[in-house]
Amino acid sequence: MAIQVLMPALSPTMEKGNLSKWLKKEGDTIKSGDVIAEIETDKATMEVEATDEGTLGKILIPEGTNDVAVNTPIATILADGEDASAAASAPAPAKQEKAAESAPPAAEAKSAPALKDEATAPAAPTASIQPDPEIPEGTEMVTMTIREALRDAMAEEMRRDEDVFIMGEEVAEYQGAYKVTQNLLQEFGARRVIDTPITEHGFAGVGVGAAMSGLKPIVEFMTFNFAMQAIDQIINSAAKTLYMSGGQMTCQIVFRGPNGAAARVGAQHSQDYSAWYSQIPGLKVVAPYSAADYKGLLKSAIRDPNPVIFLENEMLYGHSGEVPKLDDYIVPIGKAKVARVGKDVTLISWSNGMTYALKAADELAKEGIEAEVIDLRTLRPLDTDTIIESVKKTSRAVTVEEGWQQSGVGAEIAARIMEHAFDYLDAPVARVSGKDVPMPYAANLEKLALPSVADVVAAAKAVCYR
Amino acid sequence: MAAPKKSVAPAGQATSNGATPSSPPDFTRDQEMHALRDMLLIRRFEEKAGQLYGMGAIGGFCHLYIGQEAIVVGMQMALKDGDQVITGYRDHGHMLACGMDAKGVMAELTGRKGGYSKGKGGSMHMFSREKNFYGGHGIVGAQVSLGTGLAFANRYRGNDLVSLAYFGDGASNQGQVYESFNMAELWKLPVIYIIENNRYAMGTSVTRSSAQTDFSKRGISFNIPGEQVDGMDVRAVKAAGDRAVAWCRAGKGPFILEMQTYRYRGHSMSDPAKYRTREEVDKVRHDQDPIEQVRNRLLAADVTEQDLKAIDAEVRDIVNASADFAQQDPEPDASELYTDVYR
Repeated sequence: MAIQVLMPALSPTMEKGNLSKWLKKEGDTIKSGDVIAEIETDKATMEVEATDEGTLGKILIPEGTNDVAVNTPIATILADGEDASAAASAPAPAKQEKAAESAPPAAEAKSAPALKDEATAPAAPTASIQPDPEIPEGTEMVTMTIREALRDAMAEEMRRDEDVFIMGEEVAEYQGAYKVTQNLLQEFGARRVIDTPITEHGFAGVGVGAAMSGLKPIVEFMTFNFAMQAIDQIINSAAKTLYMSGGQMTCQIVFRGPNGAAARVGAQHSQDYSAWYSQIPGLKVVAPYSAADYKGLLKSAIRDPNPVIFLENEMLYGHSGEVPKLDDYIVPIGKAKVARVGKDVTLISWSNGMTYALKAADELAKEGIEAEVIDLRTLRPLDTDTIIESVKKTSRAVTVEEGWQQSGVGAEIAARIMEHAFDYLDAPVARVSGKDVPMPYAANLEKLALPSVADVVAAAKAVCYR
Repeated sequence: MAAPKKSVAPAGQATSNGATPSSPPDFTRDQEMHALRDMLLIRRFEEKAGQLYGMGAIGGFCHLYIGQEAIVVGMQMALKDGDQVITGYRDHGHMLACGMDAKGVMAELTGRKGGYSKGKGGSMHMFSREKNFYGGHGIVGAQVSLGTGLAFANRYRGNDLVSLAYFGDGASNQGQVYESFNMAELWKLPVIYIIENNRYAMGTSVTRSSAQTDFSKRGISFNIPGEQVDGMDVRAVKAAGDRAVAWCRAGKGPFILEMQTYRYRGHSMSDPAKYRTREEVDKVRHDQDPIEQVRNRLLAADVTEQDLKAIDAEVRDIVNASADFAQQDPEPDASELYTDVYR
């Protein structure tokens, strides 16, 4: 029976890719290990090796096809003695359906066209999202992915200021482990785009030392999980030195990289550090959701004279959004945004948590509950005013975070609401969060461990007594 | 990269202090007088700090540098304007050697407004951008990565400045030290790693903490050259410093200097130092004291007791003035609590 070659998943978060090139043609003999095609994901171009032997029967997806979903049959391989007609009768592998079913929960977040017909609304800007008052009316918008927005922000700041440079693992020649630093090496050269050894504690310290002498480093962590090795330098050296020196020693530095859960990468690669860093005086902590905010806030972070923790989210890197086409688009640190206006309940979140909050707002609207959604964007300094203003209007609040509940950001928000708007509350503040367990690997358990749209909807209804 | 002719291991037999016996080039009379004055200033300052600590005027931790003065004074003589210095928590001597004002240092020890950090840093956390002193760091070993970062910045800017990262035999066992060694050699950064081996990491002797007690060899697997130096002889320190500085300025990468030294006092003021004998301390004081060595050489030449007394008097005046200032200066204003958290 003919064997189907399926579009492979080449990373934990890949859902589709472009079939850029066939290196074998129909009728060619295939040996196990032969490179048969090249596939381009949003992170890299990868070679596809055959794992079966035989003859390339039929090419089902021609080269140059974009957005081929993972597990789509792309070709058939015929065993000895089979002819091409066998290809037509090749059964679709059961695996395909199963894989789709077990797709990580964060797949809900995707605004990919393939998912448009699903009941859930796309996460990309929709009509319900408020226009940003910081963008002048009539500004031309360009659609770009969040990874491109980050890259453009860094490139613009590096063009603007010779003292800005980037260092980290695989940021230069590899073009970024998540392709965020693509083409920076080509434009700025090896002096300013620096590959480090795998040595987080050491290079964080080197970055802080360089910042103390007046340079403006961007230190990329491949993930913030690895920054735990460097957290002493971030907190004891970067955050505290200005104070300990009576204002003499500045440390203008950005620590950035993906934070929180990706998909199916287990407990040691899935932690959300929002609460950890947001506790530290001396640090600013930024965690945007939209593409425009990623760009405008990273530019602000690079210019900020303080150490800034810039928390990204791997699940969002491939998301596209509209970014203002301005020469110098800046979003100020420390200002939350009302992402959706409502009057019945306030949902407060940031980063990928906004995915759940916005979708929950759509669901709630169907049941006649108008939720106001606040995107914090910055966790330190926390924009208490925007939260309180909203809660005074709605009298109900739900916080949504992927991190753990104990001593979490939601706990802090709940406390501030209690302190500043106690008399306005009609119900206790509810917290939706990651479950109190290390992140499990199994797809079903991982889904259970993360917050869900249903969790947010249930919490919102509970505080509305419905 | 070719290592320098001298091997990482010391040439010849070690003395009782483990230092190389070959005698270093003589100082000029001016150099001797300068070294004596700066070492005396540190010694008298530290004695006064110990006294003020005993009176309760200085709080918290207070780590004295007495016995180790030749290292910072000799190294400073090998530097030029703009070269940077960074160290750990035993930092008073480094600050004075860098030319920082004794009043500002002492007032920081007493937690007063006129201290280098407005009283907000304390003994372990003082800085002076003007004098290129980058701290004063309380986390053992952190200054090694930071000092490597200072060298990185020099390299990035394309200047020929050198950074000095001081740390102890104890810090030498921290992981980030080796992470820094690797990057420094990989990127040929102009940093001199100065290991002040005073034989005890708090109460743990070198032989109880270190598998390799020859610290000049700690860079071997990174191809970083190293030297063992008699850290009690300011001339030997200066000579080794000159070699290391030349190596770094020439763009050849980092250099390690193991300074063999001894601290006369405990690890901190609250250390009863039960881990070593009184005899051991007295013997080093008697045989190797860095200040006495210079004094004896000067007296053997044409310098009179009278000349030396003038230096003593000048130093005592500076130290007494700093102690007076540090006790009379007001504490920082309460409003300072919330300043300098952010810029």
